[in-house]
Amino acid sequence: MASEGDRRPDLEVEARRSRVLDGLRLEAEGARGVAIALLSTVVFLAVVVVAVMQSPGWPAVHQAFFGWHDISSSFPEVARAFKLNVKIFLVCEVFILALALVIAVLRSLPGPVFFPLRALAVIYTDLARGVPTILVIALLGYGVPGLQLSGVPRSRVFWAGVALVLVYSGYVAEVYRAGIESVHPSQEAAARSLGLSRFQALRRVILPQAVRRVVPPLLNDFIGLQKDTALVGVLGVVEAFNQTQIDSSATFTYGSYLAAAALFVALTIPLARFTDWLLARDRRRRQAAGLVV
Amino acid sequence: MSALRLEAVRKSFGANEVLGGIDLELEEHEVVCLIGASGSGKSTLLRCVNLLEPLDSGRIFLGEEEITRRGVDANAVRRRIGIVFQAFNLFPHMSVLRNVTLGPRDALKLPREEAESRALELLGRFGLADRGDDYPDRLSGGQQQRVAIVRALAMRPQLMLLDEVTSALDPELVAEVLEVIRELAEGGMTMLIATHEMSFARDIANRVCFLDAGLILEQGPPGEIFQRPREPRTRQFLERIIEAGRL
Repeated sequence: MASEGDRRPDLEVEARRSRVLDGLRLEAEGARGVAIALLSTVVFLAVVVVAVMQSPGWPAVHQAFFGWHDISSSFPEVARAFKLNVKIFLVCEVFILALALVIAVLRSLPGPVFFPLRALAVIYTDLARGVPTILVIALLGYGVPGLQLSGVPRSRVFWAGVALVLVYSGYVAEVYRAGIESVHPSQEAAARSLGLSRFQALRRVILPQAVRRVVPPLLNDFIGLQKDTALVGVLGVVEAFNQTQIDSSATFTYGSYLAAAALFVALTIPLARFTDWLLARDRRRRQAAGLVV
Repeated sequence: MSALRLEAVRKSFGANEVLGGIDLELEEHEVVCLIGASGSGKSTLLRCVNLLEPLDSGRIFLGEEEITRRGVDANAVRRRIGIVFQAFNLFPHMSVLRNVTLGPRDALKLPREEAESRALELLGRFGLADRGDDYPDRLSGGQQQRVAIVRALAMRPQLMLLDEVTSALDPELVAEVLEVIRELAEGGMTMLIATHEMSFARDIANRVCFLDAGLILEQGPPGEIFQRPREPRTRQFLERIIEAGRL
């Protein structure tokens, strides 16, 4: 069947949209704007630097923290220990993504039959987010190996990882849940009307849309987790933070702290920029869709 | 044997009674249009038939089978009934082809090749042959609604429910969608259609039912309902429609 409604107004809309966006960009990136931004940044930094260097304790702090020799000499050891942080981060993240999804789905189940599961999911997320991470790590890391159960791993790193998974799954589950709830109920109705089961509708229609929408906040939680791997140090495991403690107690200087901070930042900043980029892309897409409709 | 039979169907949302005891029977190949003001219960009626809303009381039969009995497999029932929504409700993260093959592949367990050839054949029949790889947001409203119709048809339903399928469309896109429905009617599809398009209802329906406050107040052949309505409420409704220039 041929019809006349096939004409798409996209060319016209496309042209209008690009004009609108170009206008915004020019306004934001004009030479004058750049100059002002540069100047205000320089002034701001100068004020901060002067204020810090005028402080009474600066000479001592300078010596303790900013000795270039201390920083560079502790760097290799801290970097070696930092590998453990990265490993913990990567392994935990996989389990967090899976466990949190299960919890979020449980919490989204409708109807009175599933009340116990929903309640469990709520209690879980409340507890996971309510107890300080450092306490959970200490409780599991010292407690479980202390039980000396056979067949249960005794490694403190293992149990610290479990603690991070449990805590972060609470946060990530809430992110997933926000995504699931943002998918309009008519999508589920459409899927179910085709004869798909509730699980099939969830898997094929709701979750793919939900997860796509929450990628930026998920990455935000990744960044938090990356930093919180340093908490594993409370168990005496030699990761980056504990290595700095060892170094600083040997040299009585704190250059190693800066070395560790640099390593963490080197990992989190790219992730943060990537998150920003995703958010911006998402916003552009939504605007584009809004213009087309 | 009737294709669809509703007996004393009642449905309330809280204190608001939307369906107050609907009796309705459709023969095979019959096209029945539901007309009535917004809020008269047309959409709810269709959603109840598709088991998207549970009934408060009453029974619904699809062919000989009661689909409102306890323990019925609602998914299996929905595979036999196609529904098309006012707002299209296409899956925005899937291509047109995937939208159309999702039901056949996941619910009917058809192999991919078979589902796709069935989908492509239907898309071609309704002027969408070259749209399979597009995503819904690249299509006009009329095209999206035709895809939604094709998506329902791909399940080879024995009954189609159409819920105000042209209400969300720009006026110039209404005709192409109505044309598709007309073709389905000519092909013998049994259809229950909620619509505000009165002239379309007059053309296509074997029977028109006027819904008012959750009851079928009056029904009959379109000529009778539109020319010689018995009930004052029906007259009032049609007069308002004529005033609005919709008939």
